[in-house]
Amino acid sequence: MHASTQHETSEAAVADKLAEAMQAKAEHQGCGTSGGSGKASCGSSAGQGDLPTEIWEKVKNHPCYSEEAHHHYARMHVAVAPACNIQCNYCNRKYDCANESRPGVVSEKLTPQQAAKKVLAVASTIPQMTVLGIAGPGDPLANPEKTFQTFELINRTAPDIKLCLSTNGLALPDHVDTIAGFNVDHVTITINMVDPEVGAKIYPWVFWKHKRYTGYEAAKLLTDRQMLGLEMLTERGILCKVNSVMIPGINDKHLVEVNRAVKSRGAFLHNIMPLISAPEHGTVFGLNGQRGPTAQELKALQDSCEGEMNMMRHCRQCRADAVGLLGEDRSAEFTTDKIMAMEVNYDLDSRKAYQALVEEERVAKVAAKQEEMEALAGEQSDIKLLVAVATKGSGLINEHFGHAKEFQVWELSTGGAKFVGHRRVDLYCQGGYGEEDSLETIIRAINDCHAVFVAKIGGCPKADLVKAGIEPVDGFAHEFIEKSAITWFKEYLNKVKTGEMEHVVRGDAEIRQGALINAA
Amino acid sequence: MTLKIVASQCTSCSACEPECPNVAIFEKNGTFVIDPKKCTECIGHFDVPQCAAVCPVDDTCVIDNAYPRYQPTA
Repeated sequence: MHASTQHETSEAAVADKLAEAMQAKAEHQGCGTSGGSGKASCGSSAGQGDLPTEIWEKVKNHPCYSEEAHHHYARMHVAVAPACNIQCNYCNRKYDCANESRPGVVSEKLTPQQAAKKVLAVASTIPQMTVLGIAGPGDPLANPEKTFQTFELINRTAPDIKLCLSTNGLALPDHVDTIAGFNVDHVTITINMVDPEVGAKIYPWVFWKHKRYTGYEAAKLLTDRQMLGLEMLTERGILCKVNSVMIPGINDKHLVEVNRAVKSRGAFLHNIMPLISAPEHGTVFGLNGQRGPTAQELKALQDSCEGEMNMMRHCRQCRADAVGLLGEDRSAEFTTDKIMAMEVNYDLDSRKAYQALVEEERVAKVAAKQEEMEALAGEQSDIKLLVAVATKGSGLINEHFGHAKEFQVWELSTGGAKFVGHRRVDLYCQGGYGEEDSLETIIRAINDCHAVFVAKIGGCPKADLVKAGIEPVDGFAHEFIEKSAITWFKEYLNKVKTGEMEHVVRGDAEIRQGALINAA
Repeated sequence: MTLKIVASQCTSCSACEPECPNVAIFEKNGTFVIDPKKCTECIGHFDVPQCAAVCPVDDTCVIDNAYPRYQPTA
C-alpha cells in the first residue's frame, strides 16, 4: 500500500484552494517573520539566536537549513525519483558523468528498498548523517509512489533520520498532506520566477493532467502551483527553502521580486544559486552560450535580498545521489553492490552519543567567536572586505592551501565575520587531464578576497598570491575561523589607521563550473 | 501503427511508464520499451500519446511504421 494514495487531495479541492489563495494574496507569514523587524529572525547563519525553540530543533542538525550545522552534520540523497514532469533549459538528463557533481546527475538509480538499505548503511558508517533527502534526479513528486515508499521504509527502520525533499512544485499541492503525514519538516521548492513571461524563457514545457503545456501557459501553471504549494506547506508548519537559479539577463533582476513573493508566503530560507551551464552538459543554456553570474553579481543579488529574509550561502549544488558533509561526496563508497554486501548494524545509541559530542564542539566554537567579538567592540570603520579560508570542517582553519578543493569566503566588518559563500577550485574533468595552471585558477576564484587563511602553504604559491594582492595567512593554523578572521581584521584596521598600509578595493572573481573530480 | 521508444535516446527516467493508459510500457535491458500489441497511440484515451508528451528527450517516443495503424473498435 502506498501512502501517496491515502491522503491525496482531490483535484477539485485543489482548484478551489487555488482560486481562494490567489484572492487572499497570502497574508500569513512564516517562521520568525512575525517578529516585527520584517526580516525572519530565524537564521541560516549561526546558533539559535532569537530563533523560536521549535524551529531551532528542526534546523539545528540539518546541513542545508543551517550554515552552522553544515560543518558538523551530513546528508544523503537517494536517487529513487528519475522521472520529471517539467523541462528546464538548464537541465539535460541524458548527460551523466560519475566524475561530475551538479543537480540532476546520478550514477545509478535505486529502488525504494535499495534506498532504505543504503540509508541504513550510510547512517551506520557516518554517525553525523542526520538528513535524508530525495532530490531526483527527476522530481520526487513526479514519482510519488517511489518517494513515499522510501520515506515509509526509512521511518520504520531509522526513525531518527530527518526526511526532506526538493521539488519543482508542479505536483506539490496534490501531495502536501502526504508530506505532512510523514513528518517531513523540510521541503525545498525551486522557484526561478513569479512572472510567466520570464518563466517562458526558462521552461520549454510542463506536463500536467495528461497534457504538455508550453510557453506562457506552462509557466503560468507552474508559478500558480508553486505559490499554492508553498502556502499549503507553511500553513502546516513545514519549513520551506526556496532555491532559485540566477540566470543573467533572464531572471537576475526578477529574483528580487521572487524573493518578496516567497517571503510573503512564509518561506524560511532563500538559496540563490549561480546557473551552471557548459556546452558539454548539453543543456539549452549550455549550448546557446547563456553565461552564469560572476561571484560579485551573485553576492550583490544575495545581499540585496538579505534585508528581506535569510539567504543560504553554503549550497554546493550537489548531486541527486550525494553522500556526506556538504562539499564532500562519499557516494562512491556506497554503490548498490557495496551496500548490498554490507553487514548493517543500526545502533541508535552510538549515533546519539556521537551527536552529543558534536554539540559540545559547536558550543566551544560559538564561545570562541563571542570572545573575539567583544574585542571588536568599539572599533569604528566603514571597511568591509572578503577573506578566503581553507577548511576541512568543524569551523577550523585546518586545510593546506594546495589540498583545498574549495575555499569558504567570509565577509569581515566591524559588525563581525559573516560567511558569504564557497568557491570551488577543484580541477575540471577534461578527458582525464586537469588544468595545467591550478594556481591561476585559484587566484581567479578568490580574486575578490584580501587574504586567504590556510593551515599551511608552500613558498611558491605564497609569493604568487602576494603578487596578486592576496595576503596568505598561515599564522592561525588549526584555530577557529571566525575568531582568527576577526583577530586578523582588527590588525588590518590598525595598520590602515596608522598608515602602515592602504585599504584597496578588490576586483571580481570567477564562479567555477564544470565537472568535479572526486579523486583527491 | 504503434509508438516505439528509440533505445539510444532513452534516458531510462521512467516518466512514460505510469502515464501509459494501456500499461504497454516496461523496462528492458536498462531502457524502456513499448509492447506493440498493447499500444493504442492513446486513441480513445487522450488527445496525444502520453509517452511522447512526457518524454524529456525530443523524438524519442515515435510512431513505429513497422506496424499497421491502430484501429479503434467502434
